[in-house]
Amino acid sequence: MDKVFPSIEEAIADIPDGATIGFPGFFTCGNPVYLTRALAKKGVKNLTIVVMQLGVGNEEINELLQNGQVKKAICNYPFFRSASRKSLFEQLLKEGKVECELYPMGTFAEKLRAAGAGIAAFYTPTGVGTLVAEGKEVRVFNGREYLLETALHLDYAFIHAYKADRMGNVVFRKTARNYNPDMAKAARITIVEAENIVETGEIDPDCVHLPNIYVKRIVKVDRPKINVTIEATPSS
Amino acid sequence: MAKARKFEGIARELIALRIANEIPDGSYANLGIGIPTLVSNWIEGRDIVLQSEIGMLNTGPLAYGEEIDQDLINASCQPVTELPGACYFSSSESFAMIRGGFMDYAVMGALQVAENGDYAGWNIPATGRGKYGNIGGSMDLAAGARNLFIAMEHVTNTGELKILKRCTYPITAQRCVKKIFTNLAVIDVTPEGLVLREVAPGLTPEDVQSVTEPKLIIAPDLREMAL
Repeated sequence: MDKVFPSIEEAIADIPDGATIGFPGFFTCGNPVYLTRALAKKGVKNLTIVVMQLGVGNEEINELLQNGQVKKAICNYPFFRSASRKSLFEQLLKEGKVECELYPMGTFAEKLRAAGAGIAAFYTPTGVGTLVAEGKEVRVFNGREYLLETALHLDYAFIHAYKADRMGNVVFRKTARNYNPDMAKAARITIVEAENIVETGEIDPDCVHLPNIYVKRIVKVDRPKINVTIEATPSS
Repeated sequence: MAKARKFEGIARELIALRIANEIPDGSYANLGIGIPTLVSNWIEGRDIVLQSEIGMLNTGPLAYGEEIDQDLINASCQPVTELPGACYFSSSESFAMIRGGFMDYAVMGALQVAENGDYAGWNIPATGRGKYGNIGGSMDLAAGARNLFIAMEHVTNTGELKILKRCTYPITAQRCVKKIFTNLAVIDVTPEGLVLREVAPGLTPEDVQSVTEPKLIIAPDLREMAL
């Protein structure tokens, strides 16, 4: 099997209006910047984007928002930390131009994991008694309250890899791994942008972070240039 | 008009030191943004492993200059280094170990703490953000950590009380706080109520009570903060 596509454009050609797409990444780290940029250029609309944080150190997601391509965001960290700074998403939300579905970070990750593992729903202790529990079933196990949360399925996942072989075995690098494996498994079609592509068999089987069965398409990209300094910290 | 703070108490760095002294060697810990981050300055050389919820164990000090690696940041988006024994994992695994009860200590900032152990730290109604806010990993850490410590100033910049009978802001988690460390005091959250264990140098229990809404139970062995 050879899953390498000749171009990003061809790898995302079939993405329709209304798709639900997962964008991994944690602030500046591990974002699929090339695939996201190509999607902004392609111009599909009414997207549901599943992304931990919105527009904070993530210019490519801002591009989708700017273009009016996003109908809804399912996320964890939608705003700048300081209330005096408004992210583009915050403005659009206030104007009623986008919808927002908010989850605690671990629940967000577990919803994706569940989708990839064939689990329809799960009970978690996180969020009990808070605003995120509104309208959700609470059940007691062993004397403790748990909240029912459901799996979060994706139509597509955009993955940023350090290395992939032609068959789709993937290696991530350091904290750029974050949501990449979870989203790759939660999607019907997983598209990997890889900084390095090697021949199948060249990755030590004991060192594969994402097994090839989860990957449908691969494209080669350059290593992105990301400004990471204490001063550039975009979370505040 | 904004009220001034009544008592200065100790500096933020010393709140962090007091917390570092409370975490025993051999522990796994997660530090939130703000004063909690400062705790890491006091545990260098100690046998304490820091987890970053981005997906890392054995997180090292902040990285500067040549050390900076764009693929290596902490959960506050700061470049960091790795210590011997470091390992990386996915977000779902990161939170599985948090909810699974493997995190011995979580140290978090807070906007308000209630006497029943509820705390609020993710949503300030006055910002106009409504039911939305940056939850981050706070709700999972609060629900999952074996010991949740709160590190904060005792009152707000404008003198508003933060330790209350009931939180008025949307809460992060209910009945989860074990200990509160502020610039004025160390307070245990117990089923009987808030127990005042330590006061900052130069302050009396009455001083602390005057800026704390719930009635404080004075510990029989009340002492000056051990720094």
